Amino acid sequence: MNIVVCVKYVPDAQAERTFNASDNTTDRENVDGLLSELDEYAVEAALKLVEAGEGEVTVVTVGPDQAADAIKKALQMGADKGVHVKDDAIHGSDAIATSLVLAEAIKKIGSPDLVVTGMASTDGTMGVVPTMLAERLGLPAVTYASELTVDGAKATIRRDGDVSTQTIEATLPALISVTDQINEPRYPSFKGIMAAKKKPVEEWSLADLGVEAGQVGLDAAWTKVEAFAARPPRSQGEIVTDEGDGGKKLAEFLASRKFI
Amino acid sequence: MFELSQEHEDFRKVVRDFAEKEVAPHIAQWDRDEHFPTDLVPKMGELGLFGLVVPEEYGGSAGEGQGDFTSLCVAIEELGRVDQSIGITLSAGVGLGINPILTYGSDEQKARYLPDLVAGRALAGFGLTEPEAGSDAGATRTRATREGDDWVINGAKAFITNSGTDITSVVTVTARTGTNDDGSARISAVMVPSGTPGFTVEPAYHKLGWHVSDTHGLTFEDCRVPASNLLGTEGDGFKQFLKTLDDGRIAISALAVGCAQACLELATGYASTRVAFGRPIGVNQGISFQVADLAVMVEAARLLTYKAAWLKDELHEGRRTVREVKHAAAIAKLHSTEAAVTATRIATQVFGGNGFMEEYPVARFYRDAKILEIGEGTSEVQRMLIARGLGLPQA
Ligand SMILES: Cc1cc2nc3c(=O)[nH]c(=O)nc-3n(C[C@H](O)[C@H](O)[C@H](O)COP(=O)(O)OP(=O)(O)OC[C@H]3O[C@@H](n4cnc5c(N)ncnc54)[C@H](O)[C@@H]3O)c2cc1C
Repeated sequence: MNIVVCVKYVPDAQAERTFNASDNTTDRENVDGLLSELDEYAVEAALKLVEAGEGEVTVVTVGPDQAADAIKKALQMGADKGVHVKDDAIHGSDAIATSLVLAEAIKKIGSPDLVVTGMASTDGTMGVVPTMLAERLGLPAVTYASELTVDGAKATIRRDGDVSTQTIEATLPALISVTDQINEPRYPSFKGIMAAKKKPVEEWSLADLGVEAGQVGLDAAWTKVEAFAARPPRSQGEIVTDEGDGGKKLAEFLASRKFI
Repeated sequence: MFELSQEHEDFRKVVRDFAEKEVAPHIAQWDRDEHFPTDLVPKMGELGLFGLVVPEEYGGSAGEGQGDFTSLCVAIEELGRVDQSIGITLSAGVGLGINPILTYGSDEQKARYLPDLVAGRALAGFGLTEPEAGSDAGATRTRATREGDDWVINGAKAFITNSGTDITSVVTVTARTGTNDDGSARISAVMVPSGTPGFTVEPAYHKLGWHVSDTHGLTFEDCRVPASNLLGTEGDGFKQFLKTLDDGRIAISALAVGCAQACLELATGYASTRVAFGRPIGVNQGISFQVADLAVMVEAARLLTYKAAWLKDELHEGRRTVREVKHAAAIAKLHSTEAAVTATRIATQVFGGNGFMEEYPVARFYRDAKILEIGEGTSEVQRMLIARGLGLPQA
């Protein structure tokens, strides 16, 4: 089984993140980047499938030079090869343009049996690229998988909702997005780190994919960040004074926030 | 000159990530409970930490341009930055557990023990120190007597790391097996599998620090092991452990670097945020200069450590001499461990009363640091070795 995993290079969610004042895009200069943690689950899911049978895992990323680090991490975890689509024209692309570039890249890679993605990125957190990509590739979109099994040409997932758990089947080839419940991503081992050095990574430009510069980037985006402001510091929480009814008040508070 | 490769730095990131996710959240509790986290050991094995200096045939990753002693030091430093006990578990697991078997073991001994030790399914200990023989390890009183096809061991060992965990498979012990022509003791190393009748692991010590590390006294009463459990050549035990300790010293030095690094980070953070007299305490030179000193200590300790590790890797490739490595190892261990102890004192001072509270990790580092100046050769022993290396007259 050949699997393509889409991975994104994102600013470290633990760090202080900001935007560029000039065009309201993410400031990548002043923050360390890394492979989106939600994509680690996708890489792990793909590795597990291939290790249980045979085939190859190819990781693809669309992003600036530093995004090579996201590919490297996936290769260190055990993926076989990488594709890095980079082009200055891509800067500021929205989900629609990103899905276009990814779709063309995946077509060029070949016809994988599975395309696996994380459920969202940890920076944009829109979670729409997987379905857009499935649409562009003409694949069934099987999203939010918290469990995944593949048997022959059939993939089965479990999708947990608020009120029900669904079991969904799809015929391969298919696109599957996975949640952070699906597995425990491995840490790259020392051997994995050394082996990654020798794994092939191809770099493609928009021209290599037959995508016009005008179809992507900030100007082509359907959505635009108009303004940004730092979130105000957290205000002090609500203090419940126990006057014999503390438990009740706590429960009411939690219920009002839909925690219980 | 030497430098860490990109792969070493990538590996550092992974081990740091591992330590912060798998160790940091639990360590205060483990420390309070003096709990040895057996489940963590196979996870460390999966990461390849126990196999960095072990060839592939036993599940390791050693080889030119592959795993090396430097990468092991990186791993020990990064684990030690989060917790010293976990760092020593790796350091002793490889340096004292795996290393003697790998270096002196027969093919059969290696095949029997190494795969499990490398995978983290098992741990091994090395019993040299005795109640009456520490720095003067040659004064070993434990005896192994040959009876037919067995060695019969009698005696006691003190302070043996990783010797009593649920997964400890074997302890290599040094014992007298006879007398040399010059009247000195013939010392040999014998492997004693856990559970061998006559081999008792005493209850764990209650220690000032390293609460999460496993340390026991061992007693041997007519403990019988097959003659084939001899490690290497009979009578070579003294030479073997001297060499084992040289490597161990560099590893302890890396552990000390992790300790000092943690102190630097903790003190910098606290000095920037703790307010007294209406401003962050780090505004005062009385504090900021001490933090600056920490940075210098860390840098110096790290350079000496990785220089020694690099020499050791070069020695392995036949490009350096044993003498050079020995000397560098003693210098690194002496300097780094004393720097680490000083660093914990400074960091605790920066934290004020909070530094004395177990809620703050500096308190744990303060307790943990002292042993660095004692284990695998005290600071005095390092000075003896350095002086000897300089060719000074000996008593
Ligand atoms: C937590 C812990 C874990 C340990 N793990 C292991 C292990 O896994 N395996 C193992 O074999 N051992 C282990 N040890 C033992 C450790 O290596 C010894 O404690 C150490 O070598 C010192 O020996 P000693 O305790 O007998 O002290 P001593 O040798 O009695 O030394 C007492 C003091 O005298 C000084 N001194 C001794 N001789 C001289 C001299 N000639 N000149 C100047 N000063 C001198 C020493 O430096 C020290 O300050 C461990 C110890 C601890 C505390």
